[in-house]
Amino acid sequence: MITSNRLSVRQLDPAMNPLPRYVRILTIALAMLLSGNGFAASHNDQVVNLYSLRQPFLIAPMLAAFTEATGIKVNVVYAKQGILERIKAEGRNTAADAVLSVDIGRLNAMVAAGVLQGIQSDAIDANIPPQYRHPDGLWFGLTTRARVFFVSKDRVGEDEFLTYESLAEPYAKGRICIRSGKNVYNVSLIAAMIAHHGEAWTRDWLKNVKANLARRPQGNDRAQAKAIYEGVCDVGVANTYYYGKMQTNEKKPEQKQWADAIRIVFPNHDGRGTHVNVSGIGVTQYAKNRDNAIRLIEFLSGAQAQRRYAADNFEYPVKPGVASDARVRSWGRLNPDAVDLAYVATLRTAASKLVDEVRFDR
Amino acid sequence: MNQRSVSRGARRRRPSVWTLGGLLVAACVAAPLLAVAYLAVVGSGEPGLWSHLAATVLPDYAATSLQLMLGVAVGALILGVTCAWLIAQCRFPGRQVLAWALLLPLAMPAYVLAYVYTDALEYAGPVQTWLRAQFGWRSPQDYWFPEIRSLGGAVAMLSLTLYPYVYLLARTAFQEQSACLIDAGRTLGLSPWQSFLRIALPMARPAIVVGLALVLMETLNDFGTVDFFAVPTFTLGIYDVWHNMNSSAGAAQIALVLLGLIVLLIVLERRGRHDQRYHALTTRRRFTQAYCLSRRQTMLAWFACLTPVLLGFLLPAVVLGGYALRFYPLTLQHGYWTIAGNSLTLAAASALAAVAIGLFLAYGMRLSSSGLFRSAARVAGVGYAIPGAVLAVGVMIPLAALDNAMDALSESMLGFNTGLLLSGTLVAVAYGYVIRFLALPLGAVEAGLGRIKPSMDDAARTLGIRPGKRLARIHFPLLRGSLLAAMLLVFVDGMKELPMTVALRPFNYDTLATFVYQYASDEMLEESAFAALSIVAVGILPVMMLSRAISADRTRRESSG
Repeated sequence: MITSNRLSVRQLDPAMNPLPRYVRILTIALAMLLSGNGFAASHNDQVVNLYSLRQPFLIAPMLAAFTEATGIKVNVVYAKQGILERIKAEGRNTAADAVLSVDIGRLNAMVAAGVLQGIQSDAIDANIPPQYRHPDGLWFGLTTRARVFFVSKDRVGEDEFLTYESLAEPYAKGRICIRSGKNVYNVSLIAAMIAHHGEAWTRDWLKNVKANLARRPQGNDRAQAKAIYEGVCDVGVANTYYYGKMQTNEKKPEQKQWADAIRIVFPNHDGRGTHVNVSGIGVTQYAKNRDNAIRLIEFLSGAQAQRRYAADNFEYPVKPGVASDARVRSWGRLNPDAVDLAYVATLRTAASKLVDEVRFDR
Repeated sequence: MNQRSVSRGARRRRPSVWTLGGLLVAACVAAPLLAVAYLAVVGSGEPGLWSHLAATVLPDYAATSLQLMLGVAVGALILGVTCAWLIAQCRFPGRQVLAWALLLPLAMPAYVLAYVYTDALEYAGPVQTWLRAQFGWRSPQDYWFPEIRSLGGAVAMLSLTLYPYVYLLARTAFQEQSACLIDAGRTLGLSPWQSFLRIALPMARPAIVVGLALVLMETLNDFGTVDFFAVPTFTLGIYDVWHNMNSSAGAAQIALVLLGLIVLLIVLERRGRHDQRYHALTTRRRFTQAYCLSRRQTMLAWFACLTPVLLGFLLPAVVLGGYALRFYPLTLQHGYWTIAGNSLTLAAASALAAVAIGLFLAYGMRLSSSGLFRSAARVAGVGYAIPGAVLAVGVMIPLAALDNAMDALSESMLGFNTGLLLSGTLVAVAYGYVIRFLALPLGAVEAGLGRIKPSMDDAARTLGIRPGKRLARIHFPLLRGSLLAAMLLVFVDGMKELPMTVALRPFNYDTLATFVYQYASDEMLEESAFAALSIVAVGILPVMMLSRAISADRTRRESSG
């Protein structure tokens, strides 16, 4: 019996088919030979196939644990570009059962393209609070990361840079470092600002932030910490987990010095909360191994995987009651912005256009 | 396959195997490119996207891209042509070693170079730290130092890694030039400098232009370097529109505008040549007598040829080697040998296929006067100018459409589903490579064929030798150097290829390039330095083989001529 994602014999009644039996057998054999995965998959019913926008080595331990617990093998294709287009082109025959993403924007694009299906699972709903999943179960957040400020321990006062809004203040002049405004995390942050303040206000804010930059936007989040260490600027905008990665970097100990030079400020902590983004997963519309994909999401949102997921990558678990890693806790308490992330995602195009309009990266 | 029917058929101008086969191949090759065009025209773009872009960043993209292209063109021409002339026409100690060493930077991915130089030249890097210690400067305000993360930096990185295209093709052209013309020039009193400028350089123009076109296409295509340096080119615009505005249609549109730019450049150049012919007029092929250099001239030649090798290869290789020594056990743990094997087989298979198809198309163009065929072959060569990720989508669309059609057909006729037969397999990846890199063999073979007189073909024809045999017996042996060069270029490019491999590959499949990318994109190049160095190392071997083959070819012909 073949129940794989690649080949399925729907009709074997000779009377139904116009071609001789041997032609069919030959064609099936040829098809199985040609189809690289089909052959292997037909011997292994228990698989789930992932298209991942996230580096496999970051999730490999969790996937291995899943295989160990369930016997379901996980196959992965990792790419940053072209995943959505591939799913669309492959149509109903797509090999992908689920898509992993590191940013709400991509998940939203998949929803807009109609390539995901709604999943209803009480176990998943119990694990993931409503603000971190799509209302119709089209995607589910697995971890959250906060977009915070790295500030110089020496040169930034306790009363400075407490909100995202403060980046536009006159006292910030020449003190800010940030990566390209077009980076996915920055676009999402700007989209969140639009959600709170509207587009016109955000344009002015962004223009003022641009005027306050110490240097042209460049590098990655870690590079901003390095710039603060070097004295190029006093405050950088970055995701929380980079701080953990620098603090524990045994291979490049100089990064520990960068981390030592800075402390973390959770912007808007005392107000609406700090902007967070999610890494998440959605099940494709034509998933052949839908049940296995659901089991994977249940597993990844469960307490054991959540603890490990968060600890390995210094992120925040989405499941309530699962404590974050001790090191992450030592940075301060996260009060996440409660704004609906699915709504923020719809504002990303507008945010991206604002970045163009104020010529943020020039 | 009956001799008489073929020859009789040919009289009646029945379409030959070459025309039909060529059209079929050209159609296969053009399909992904047409799919990109389809995506650009039909895809639902973000409304008002172009007016937004035109009002904000498009002028920046255009200006920056043009400056980058101009800078890299000048850089690659100066480095490539100078070194090619020195190596081909001068005799000085060490020439043999420099001849192949000059090709080495080809094996170095530009983004790796960018990474290494940023580490060395930025504020906290060893160079500036040393300068500060020497002169007592304390802050960035105390002194001026060129910013590596800039347009100028990108020009330098790309020139250093791309000039070998110009060098390789120019050197072959210089070497294959007949001495008779140069000698004629000498008898008319031309100095070496004048004979270079007025005879050798114009004669080598088609080859140099092919090399330059490749350089420019790679430049337009580069994502890693301009992204790292935050230089706002068209390529960055493509990815921005694609991801931040969720518009793959907009991305395809910008890609096509870019492509238009390249095609325009190529057409202009062809017009500029006014159908001039560039083959030797005599069959007496005596090679030019080399200039023997004085000691001072030798020093200068060494300086000119060693600088690009040092900056484009040796220095970054040493830095990578340092990382690799520290972290290689980590790389070995991750199935290094399988991954390396994947890279080698994929690149080699694609190189063979691309060269075979390129030879077929270029030769078909020589045989056929069909305008349709010529334009199809021209379209086939532009894949190189389309950013890899966009082209990958172009490959997916026709392949998946074919798969889905087969599936539907098989379901109705045979009663079972075939699923996806080609999409998501290595066939798809190799297909993508061939589309992407076909310009290399096509250009090289065309330039090579251009140097073979048509009267050779005519002579063979009067002897009743059919096209296939003519290719095998006459052209193929004369083209061997060009074919080898093309194969090497595709192989090395295939080893480095990233965006297409990533988007088209099967499950759980890695090449050295995707392995490096996985870590480098998480800011951990050191962990994958051993794999990065392997890409470079694998590139070196064919570079040496090729260089030897070209020299041997010349020696053999010299002794027989």
